[in-house]
Order: sequence, then structure tokens, then C-alpha cells
Amino acid sequence: MRSQGFQSLPWRFRGLSTSALLLYVYLYIPLIILIFFSFNGGRMATIWEGFSLRWYADVIQSEQFRAAAANSLIVASISASLATALATFAALGFRGRPLRGQGVMVPFLSFPLVVPEIVTAVATLIFFISVGVPLGMIGLVMAHTVFCIPFAFITIKAQMDTMDHTLEQAANDLYADPRRTFFAITLPLLWPAIFAGFILAFIVSLDNFVISLFLAGPSSTTLPIYMYGMMRLGVTPVVNAVSTILLVVSVLFVLIAAWINNLNKK
Amino acid sequence: MISATQKQRRFGLAMPAVLFIAVLMGGPMLIMVFVSLVERAPDGGVVWGRFTTAAYTQFFYEENLLGEMSFNTDYMQIYLRSIYLSGFTVLATFVVGFPTAMYIAMQEPRRRALLIFFLSLPFWVNLLVRNYAWLLLLRANGLLDQVLMGLWITSEPLNILYTNTAIAIGLTYSFLPLMVLPVYAAMEKFDFSLVEAAFDLGANRVQALLHVIFPGVKGGIIAGCLLVFIPCLGSYVTPVLLGGSKSLMIGNLIQAQFSAARNWPFGAALAFVLLLMVIMAAALRAVLLRGRNRREL
Repeated sequence: MRSQGFQSLPWRFRGLSTSALLLYVYLYIPLIILIFFSFNGGRMATIWEGFSLRWYADVIQSEQFRAAAANSLIVASISASLATALATFAALGFRGRPLRGQGVMVPFLSFPLVVPEIVTAVATLIFFISVGVPLGMIGLVMAHTVFCIPFAFITIKAQMDTMDHTLEQAANDLYADPRRTFFAITLPLLWPAIFAGFILAFIVSLDNFVISLFLAGPSSTTLPIYMYGMMRLGVTPVVNAVSTILLVVSVLFVLIAAWINNLNKK
Repeated sequence: MISATQKQRRFGLAMPAVLFIAVLMGGPMLIMVFVSLVERAPDGGVVWGRFTTAAYTQFFYEENLLGEMSFNTDYMQIYLRSIYLSGFTVLATFVVGFPTAMYIAMQEPRRRALLIFFLSLPFWVNLLVRNYAWLLLLRANGLLDQVLMGLWITSEPLNILYTNTAIAIGLTYSFLPLMVLPVYAAMEKFDFSLVEAAFDLGANRVQALLHVIFPGVKGGIIAGCLLVFIPCLGSYVTPVLLGGSKSLMIGNLIQAQFSAARNWPFGAALAFVLLLMVIMAAALRAVLLRGRNRREL
């Protein structure tokens, strides 16, 4: 009944499909151009001189790039794991009849997303220096875990809320102890969301720039900081290649997360 | 008894995440406010015990060489520019994004999910990369100029890069999905037969839009405006890559206090004021939506 209502509507707002198409073109054209020119053989960033992978070879052979990539991967793996563990526990704690204060605590877990990054960066820098946390990998992992938690938590909580709880009930009725119920029923139902949450947290950490810029010491440069250093020097084909690598990694991970999260919906 | 231990266990599960964020977000925010109220040390740190409001007066007044205070609008201008650019971005994302949100809401569910996915996909790409892509397009004799001059639309470079315009373009591009997603979410719940009814009753398209659709998805529009406004106001990447020295935003100003200027109390004060502005914007949304919920009850 409702669907009939808007099947007949579109022709009344005729510009809609055109403007939607234009919006998608607008969203993707800059990125496609960037990818295209990363394969440019010439020295100029935006004048096409034929296909080449030389800038990728340059990037991959760069000592600095490798060090930065290693740092980024280490920070992202540890932070995303920690955040996913904390978020999973929290999601498990927050299901069923609401706990006292739950109405405040659940939105509070998204607090890191509300505060502008530059404020978090500055405040955490002051905090770390006054408490005595050295700038570098440990500080980076702590700060990244904080803003990774909401991404993992929202993903896992959403699955928890829509999940079918009758199976757990049945296990309980059949005298399975809570531990067994958890490992035999809850976890298998939940793991796609946990994994998707982990991947989202991982990308968010991998891509973080502003907070890392303030908290990374000179020896723990991450990939975005390294890339930013190159961008400041100007538009070059090497930057196009580094940017494309980071872009492809992000897109791949999002595709994986979406695919896994969709598996259990079918 | 069983339910009490059960409750304790659930608290035990939830607490680590809550405490982690409380310590590592709450702690920094408190220390930031504290630092904004103490004296700066000459070497770049702060003198912990000596309280002063110098950081806040510095925002309005400047001390000249003779020790006299004079009114200074430099910092205010940067805040106003940030507000103005963020407001403009909210408007631009709304104009560009609203028709698409409506279009997506009118598709079949399967197609909707696909369209939403491809709308949010670029959003996961590194912000530096997305803004850098515009650097390629906008710079003098860059791709945009090549195309426009090639088509004889313009005869010389536009020189957009390093201006407010470039920042507005970059911000709009960066945060567009944050407008479309909440508006779409509201549209999805909106009953389009109301629009049909409006047409049957003789409304034209503008009337249907203004009196039926806009009020119906008001919550989504307000959420979208807020979700775009907040990251714009605190943006750092876009002004740093696409803006010039004459188009600084709050983020640049704060960052400068922790690098070149070495003035922590002032930097902390600037960041705290930015945080207050964000909280005020969020509170405004709550006020706007409260009126609406009451009417629904």
C-alpha cells in the first residue's frame, strides 16, 4: 500500500534521478582522476605521458614509506583489537533489561565521535605530557583505541539488538550453562558483527591523521603523517601513488566489512 | 540473588569500555580547561600553580610593546570565518544532497542499500586523500583549468586554490554523506502517501516540498546540518591543504599554538571555546527536536 504511494511520485519531482546521478559522479570523479594519474609515467602530476608503475616502485622501495606503513599497521592492529574487545564486552553487558545509568553510558561510548578531532588531539597531548605518557607508539595506541571503540561498539550493538534471542533462550531451557550458551550460540551469531566492527576500527585507525600528528613522536610517524609531509611539498606523481595505495586499502577493507556483515542477514 | 550477581557481571562487562573513554577523553578535557587557566611558561609548557585568564583576554586584546592593551579582531575573524564557511557548507551539502536522499528513499529496498553503500564508500577514504584529489583539480593550470580553458569557457586560470572558495569546495566534498544519510533515514520512515494526498488536494511541487516533505523529515535535516557543521567547524585537513594563509580556520589557529607559537594556555583556551561551540550546536538540536516530540505525544 505504501509502496504504491511513491511508485507514482517520481515523475512529479523529475529532476531527482538526474541530481542523484550527478551527485555520484561528483563523489567519484576526483578519486578516479587521482587513481588514473597515479599510473602516469611522466614527472608532472596531472599531465598524462603514458602508463607506468614507476611511482609505485618508488614508493614501495622508500625506506620511510615502509617504516611508516609498519607503524600504521602495528598501531591499527593493536588499537582495533583492544577496541573491539572492549566494545564486545560492553555490548554484551548492555543487552537485556537496561542497567542503571545505561541510558547515559551507551551514548557516552560515542562521545569520542562528537568532539572535534583537533580538540581531542590537543587535549590528549596536554594530558599525556602532564601525566608522563611518552609520545610515540604507546600513546598512539591508547588514543586510537579511544576513537575506535565507538565504531566497533555501534556495529556490534546493532547486531546484538536485531539478533534472534530465542536460540539462547532455548539453550538455557535445555540446561546449557551460560558459558556453553555463549560459545555455542551467542558468539557464532555475533562474530560477523565483531569482525566487521574490528575492520571498521582498523580502517579508522589506519586513516587517522589529526590525532596522530599531535601524538606521534619523531620515531613513530604513521602513513597519513608521512603522506601529509609529502603533500606539503607539492603535487607529485609519488603522492598520487601513495594516496591511491591508501585509498585502495580503505575501500577493500570496507568491502570486506560490508560483505561479512551481510553474510548473516541472508 | 541470582539477578543481583547477573547485574554485577553485566556491569563488569560494560565498565572497562566506559572507564577507558572516561579516563582518556574526560581526563584530557579537564586538563585542557585547567591549562587554559594557568600562565604559560617561556619554554612552551605551563606554570601549573599560577592562575590567570590571560589566554581568554588574549583572544580579544593584544598587548603592544609599550604594555598597553588594544582591541584585536584577528582571532575573532578566524572564528567568524570558520562559522561562516561551516554554515555555507551545511547549506551546500543540503542543496546538493537533499534531492539524492529523496531519490534513494523512493527506490526498492535492495537498490536503496546499494545506493547508500556507494554513497558512504568515499567517506571511508582517508580525508587527506580526498582533499588532495581536489588539490589536483583546483590548482592553477590544474585539471579544472585545463578542462575549462580547453573548452574555451575561461581564458586564464581561475586561481581558486588557497582561497575560501577552495575550502568550501573541499568541506562540501568531505562531509556530503553526513548530510545525505540522516535525511535519507528520515525519508525512509516518511509516509509518501501524504505527498500524494497533497497533490490530490491541489498542492504544487513547491508547496508539497515546503509544507509536507520538509516538516515530515525535519529531524533528519536538523541531524544532517549538525553532523556537517561540527566537523567543518573543527576541520584541520581541508584548510591546511586547500586554504591559504589568508583563510585560516580555528583548527589551524589551535595547531599553531602547539607548534610555532608555543602557547599552550592560549591553544587550550581556543580548543575549549571550540568544544563549547560544538556543545551549544548539539544543545540547539535537542531544543529544536524537543518541541517536535512534544507535538507527537
